[in-house]
Amino acid sequence: MAFCSRNSRNIINNLKSKVGLSRLMKPSSDCCYTSCLNNTNRCRFLAPQLRNPDSHSQNKGHFFCFQRFQSTTTEQHFASLPNGEHNQVLDFPGGNVVFSPEMQFLSESPGVYNPCYRVLDDNGQLISNSIFVQVSEEIAVKMYSNMATLQILDTIFYEAQRQGRISFYATTIGEEAINIASAAALTADDIVVPQYREPGVLLWRGFTLQEFANQCFGNKDDYGKGRQMPIHYGSNKHNYFTVSSTIATQIPHAVGAAYSLKMDKRDACAVTYFGDGGTSEGDFHAALNFAAVTESPVIFICRNNGWAISTPTSDQFRSDGIAVRGQAYGVRSIRVDGNDALAMYSAVHTAREMAVHEHRPILIEAVTYRVGHHSTSDDSTKYRPANEIEWWRMERDPVTRFRKWIETNGWWSGEAESQLRSSIQNQLLQAIQIAERAEKPPVKDLFTDVYDNIPWHLREQEKMVRETINRHPKDYPADVPF
Amino acid sequence: MLAIARQRILGQSFQNIRPAVSVLRSYSSAAKQITVREALNSALDEEMSADPKVFLMGEEVGEYQGAYKITKGLLEKYGPERVLDTPITEAGFTGIGVGAAYYGLKPVVEFMTFNFSMQAIDHIINSAAKSNYMSAGQISVPIVFRGPNGAAAGVGAQHSQCYAAWYASCPGLKVLSPYNSEDARGLLKAAIRDPDPVVFLENELLYGESFPVSDEVLDSSFCLPIGKAKIEREGKDVTITAFSKLVGYALKAAEILEKDGIYAEVINLRSIRPLDRSTINASVRKTNRLITVEEGFPQHGVGAEICASVVEESFAYLDAPVERIAGADVPMPYAANLERLAVPQIEDIVRAAKRACYRSVPLAATA
Repeated sequence: MAFCSRNSRNIINNLKSKVGLSRLMKPSSDCCYTSCLNNTNRCRFLAPQLRNPDSHSQNKGHFFCFQRFQSTTTEQHFASLPNGEHNQVLDFPGGNVVFSPEMQFLSESPGVYNPCYRVLDDNGQLISNSIFVQVSEEIAVKMYSNMATLQILDTIFYEAQRQGRISFYATTIGEEAINIASAAALTADDIVVPQYREPGVLLWRGFTLQEFANQCFGNKDDYGKGRQMPIHYGSNKHNYFTVSSTIATQIPHAVGAAYSLKMDKRDACAVTYFGDGGTSEGDFHAALNFAAVTESPVIFICRNNGWAISTPTSDQFRSDGIAVRGQAYGVRSIRVDGNDALAMYSAVHTAREMAVHEHRPILIEAVTYRVGHHSTSDDSTKYRPANEIEWWRMERDPVTRFRKWIETNGWWSGEAESQLRSSIQNQLLQAIQIAERAEKPPVKDLFTDVYDNIPWHLREQEKMVRETINRHPKDYPADVPF
Repeated sequence: MLAIARQRILGQSFQNIRPAVSVLRSYSSAAKQITVREALNSALDEEMSADPKVFLMGEEVGEYQGAYKITKGLLEKYGPERVLDTPITEAGFTGIGVGAAYYGLKPVVEFMTFNFSMQAIDHIINSAAKSNYMSAGQISVPIVFRGPNGAAAGVGAQHSQCYAAWYASCPGLKVLSPYNSEDARGLLKAAIRDPDPVVFLENELLYGESFPVSDEVLDSSFCLPIGKAKIEREGKDVTITAFSKLVGYALKAAEILEKDGIYAEVINLRSIRPLDRSTINASVRKTNRLITVEEGFPQHGVGAEICASVVEESFAYLDAPVERIAGADVPMPYAANLERLAVPQIEDIVRAAKRACYRSVPLAATA
């Protein structure tokens, strides 16, 4: 009967008269149903047969489980039910399923867009009746300073690449609020597993401008020992895993780290960032699924900035953004205005509480716009209108928006602004000069860290390299220390 | 090996299955015998007991007791937090294992067969193998990837490939392949204790094989060094290198060759990366002839690397060209007669050794 109820009511009524099954259609779980459930193989036979009321086998023993049913009150009960009432339940291994005689497809679109949480309007004024987590003046000013610093850092390094002083760079312009506000809402113990457009999180945690410059120039002070391209920052002491170029691989890594935090009973979570494009990777789906099943304290922050290099979101997916996918995996989610620093802060702060205390993953979709090109290897005016970029850069700048809010609170002034900007500018230019002039990593750093201990053959090769350099010193650059 | 009864892939009973044709060398009656399966299970058990950071992940490792029963009893003993049954996503659980290793735990990730590891190979290479180097030592990845590798019996092309050469070509990984129970115990323990990512290539057909083990091997602190090959049988006329199941074939070939007055030295590689080049070269300098044996595809295989190493370091000592015995250069066929033609047999090793010793041999392959 459970299967029969999926079909039209006409068949049911048809059968009722022919086989006298009406008294079997008791609309609640009963021994009959559970015994049927335990013999699902036999119940599966019922469905096709029931659909064809003239089938011979109706009179055979396939219906034995129903023949055990005793109650005589069901016919009236069934007949008295209003049309479309869902009240037949069967407990499948997947869960208690309420049946419906109406064939209803779940729509591919929710009809209404998933609402986006925001607290500050476009002019940086608090929206009335908004719910948010309070931020102190000190934190707010620090947040703003970091956002402005990130903007200047990006501009100057981008120019440095254009001047040929570094080989590569990728900016975070337009996504400063996501970077800084999310970092501000976390604690230093939370493990950050980034994609590559989140240097602001590292900045918040205390990575200095000099340290950024050292990595971009790949000099001997680079924590990465000159092994990776620019912007592939990583720092153990800041709990920031080294950036890896592969897309979305960091998402399951974060779940693994979160699971480990749970096993260690730490008051901390793992946080991972990725773009709208990264959600197409298989790793995204496996990670969300797994995080829900293992009940891991992890926050997934998707920077939905509209573009994956030249691929717009309309070519990337057809769902209503990313947050709606959370429910499909059993993950609590929220969509936030990524350019509203206060909303981002509040959402991440709350998500962290849930993740750590309830041992659950949270998915945050931060909608924003990638104002800069994908990287210095990209010219985005080739695939999107220049005026669109300009509009987002000027009218929807998250940094300006937040500045207006702190100015309204009397926590910031034009003077503080110009002081900050010129100071950061000077510090950055100096850091770049120092980084550029510093020595490159020593030759031995070619061979270390492949394994925990250097294998004999690499030690031999290093020796051979040194001997060769000794024999032909003029052929080797002066700034590579020996 | 050939006489082992065909086994189903799943649902094997956890039994001490003795091969009809014994491959055991004669030992004193006091020596204990354990199967490779028991060896692996006891190694996992002891390492999990000794270090609370060690945990297992994989499909069917928990409730099902392991697809090949290698992890039998461990869920019951250590609980679901340390023995995780994963959803079906190699890429997913490998990534998650690597993330846990980044944090500092020591996962042992099981692939139902290494053929399925291809769905996770990006995480093994780009997330595990290269991380210590790319992060300049800040992120170490003490993870072990284990599972059956190479051909089984009648499982077809997508379940029979040998991945030793694929993984061994990548710096940052260590690749081990045990043959007998002593190897299985010692190498798995070494792999779990090692701070670098290790690919541990087992063999499904060896799981049920028994081998004698000494008390030292059974001790919980037993460990074999990574990167050292073992000379299973000493000889003076020709060196035969092999790993995993084919070590057994090489030993049998050596017995057959002895009757013809050819004394073969059989080297059990144990470690594919790092390859024990010094042991191999020292042996070749002694015997002057080399046959490499492997189950995998011939091009860019393990034998190719061994041959290059010997040519680089011991060329003057070679009295005959190095010969590679490898699987046929075709995806593994299913039909039993075709499958037998596609993998090296003992007769192939014997004839190759004879060719190296300039004996005349018939050219036809075994029927």
